Amino acid sequence: MLQGSNLVCIRGDRRLFRDINFSLEAGGLMQVGGPNGSGKTSLLRMLCGLSAPAHGDIRWCGETIRSLGEVYYRALTYLGHLSGTKDDLTAIENLRISSALAGTEIDEKKARDALRHIGLKGRELLPVKVLSQGQKKRVALARLLVCDTPLWILDEPLAALDIHAIKLIKELLEKHLIQGGMVVMTTHQEIDIAAAATHKLQLT
Amino acid sequence: MAINWFKYSSPASFYSLAGKMIPIFVIAATIFLIAGLYIGFFVAPTDFQQGEAYRIIFIHVPAAWMSMFLYVVMAFWAGIGLAFNTRLSSMVATAIAPTGAMFTFLALWTGSLWGKPMWGTWWVWDARLTSELILLFLYIGFMSLQAAIDDPRRADKAGAILALVGVINIPIIYFSVQWWNTLHQGASVSLNQSPTMATTMLWGMLIMALASWMYSIAMTLMRTRVIILERESHTAWVSELHQKEIAR
Amino acid sequence: MFWWIIKRDILLAMRRRSDVLTTLFFFVIVVSLFPLSVGPEINMLRTMAPGVVWVAALLASMLSLGRMFSGDYQDGTLEQMLLSPHSLSLLVLGKAFAHWLVSGVPLVLMAPVLGIQYDLSVDALLVLTASLLLGTPVLSLIGAIGAALTLGLRGGGVLVSLLVLPLYIPVLIFGSGAVEASAAGLGYDAHFSLLGAFFLVSLVFAPWAVASSLRISME
Repeated sequence: MLQGSNLVCIRGDRRLFRDINFSLEAGGLMQVGGPNGSGKTSLLRMLCGLSAPAHGDIRWCGETIRSLGEVYYRALTYLGHLSGTKDDLTAIENLRISSALAGTEIDEKKARDALRHIGLKGRELLPVKVLSQGQKKRVALARLLVCDTPLWILDEPLAALDIHAIKLIKELLEKHLIQGGMVVMTTHQEIDIAAAATHKLQLT
Repeated sequence: MAINWFKYSSPASFYSLAGKMIPIFVIAATIFLIAGLYIGFFVAPTDFQQGEAYRIIFIHVPAAWMSMFLYVVMAFWAGIGLAFNTRLSSMVATAIAPTGAMFTFLALWTGSLWGKPMWGTWWVWDARLTSELILLFLYIGFMSLQAAIDDPRRADKAGAILALVGVINIPIIYFSVQWWNTLHQGASVSLNQSPTMATTMLWGMLIMALASWMYSIAMTLMRTRVIILERESHTAWVSELHQKEIAR
Repeated sequence: MFWWIIKRDILLAMRRRSDVLTTLFFFVIVVSLFPLSVGPEINMLRTMAPGVVWVAALLASMLSLGRMFSGDYQDGTLEQMLLSPHSLSLLVLGKAFAHWLVSGVPLVLMAPVLGIQYDLSVDALLVLTASLLLGTPVLSLIGAIGAALTLGLRGGGVLVSLLVLPLYIPVLIFGSGAVEASAAGLGYDAHFSLLGAFFLVSLVFAPWAVASSLRISME
């Protein structure tokens, strides 16, 4: 269970947001909205523990994420603005390495299956630099198919994707939520994802 | 009576406290400087080997002492700032760096002036001068790193790591340079040997060292005050202060 | 995981071989410039050789420091490393090791050839190679600290040299000192013991310092 209380974010001299409170239970979805520069990405990075809030604290199962450290990272999958894929490596190599880095080593077959499922059939062995923007995004999103973490934090997962892929991701998220997972995501698109509980957090 | 030290660790109260303390240290530095220079140039006897030129040690030795001390003090405050996330200690560390670099430069400069009559050349690759030169590089590295980072908190923390790595390295560098060049003069003042210099010379040097201490403290306090104002410019107490200044 | 990182970085380096070769040729060119600037007098070159080769190795290994983390920083892999359940210090150690394999080992292999240009004896060539073998990992480890601190900064490349070169000095002194001692017919055991000590100290402290620096730089 993820909880944030009285979160404040200060960037330089400016206060991006203050007094953010939320609590996310198993099966819960939190959609973070707001205009550009309102601190959506800052909030997500904060929830990952990449940066520290100026005030307030973030708890995972009752413990602050600072004190949990690597235990928390074991439960978390974060996909940020940057895809985290290497241009010089093939899609399969990218997926296998990024999964290993995240703590689940997968064999070549599993990686190939995941990439096929996400619509990259026939492109598994191409270096990522020749793929299009949307295809690169799919390589990054393929990690969601092979990871077994309860908490997903996704920054603009739908950007650059076509309708097919959006539908695929929607199904993927719904399946994860039904299985008792949790999702925190930002998006500019209106999307209806079925969840046990949906929070909308609007930053100004 | 328990003193609440944490009260002074808030930038606002430190600012006013430092404002009151600066004149004391400036006056002390001036008095010690005049006394030290008087002893150094008029009271201390002429050295029978080195003549009058040796008198530059009254500036050289305290400056060299100070340059090394200040690096350790700077690393100490930077480390405290990193470990306990106290903003003020990091600001003090940042404020110390230019004074430390200034003393390092002074030690190098006076060392070279002293070297000309002694060794007949402006620069020798003597172990002490070389270590001092490397120390100057370390100070410059610290200041350039902090200057290159826009976000003050990141600058504080990155500087702290660099200063701590530097502090681990200084003994290693010093020792390496000693090994590299074992031709050097023995330590000028050491506590376990009977001093080979006249007592008045020692006094002059110690008083000059005190003057450097007072000067460093005063400069650090002044610079910390400026850094506090820069960083806290958006807070209520700074704008209040500004209002008061205008009303005067 | 340690091996995964090494494998990945080597794979990346192999797909971009030109980067590795650039560093190596830089090393060769710098060493070859000295006879041109001071004259081909063989006795002088022989005394200069250890210092010249070591300084060139220092500069060459520094040249590739910028690439150590910047690629991972730009494409977001570094974020994923920070969020990995594996120990960040261990990942960093893997990256430093890969950096050494890619940019340090070629220098070590090239050094004897360059030593011949300077007419070093066979003994001196061996000592030179061995001292580089022991010293270049220290350069990668210390350099990683500088690379992590300057991550994403304007003018990071020049800044990193300012931070890192003073810290390299002990390695330089004992690395080239060992070769000089051997050329002069003196013992060089002490030099090697000290280089080994530097290696162990940096092996213990550097990954921790790099990991903290990366967390600071990514905040």
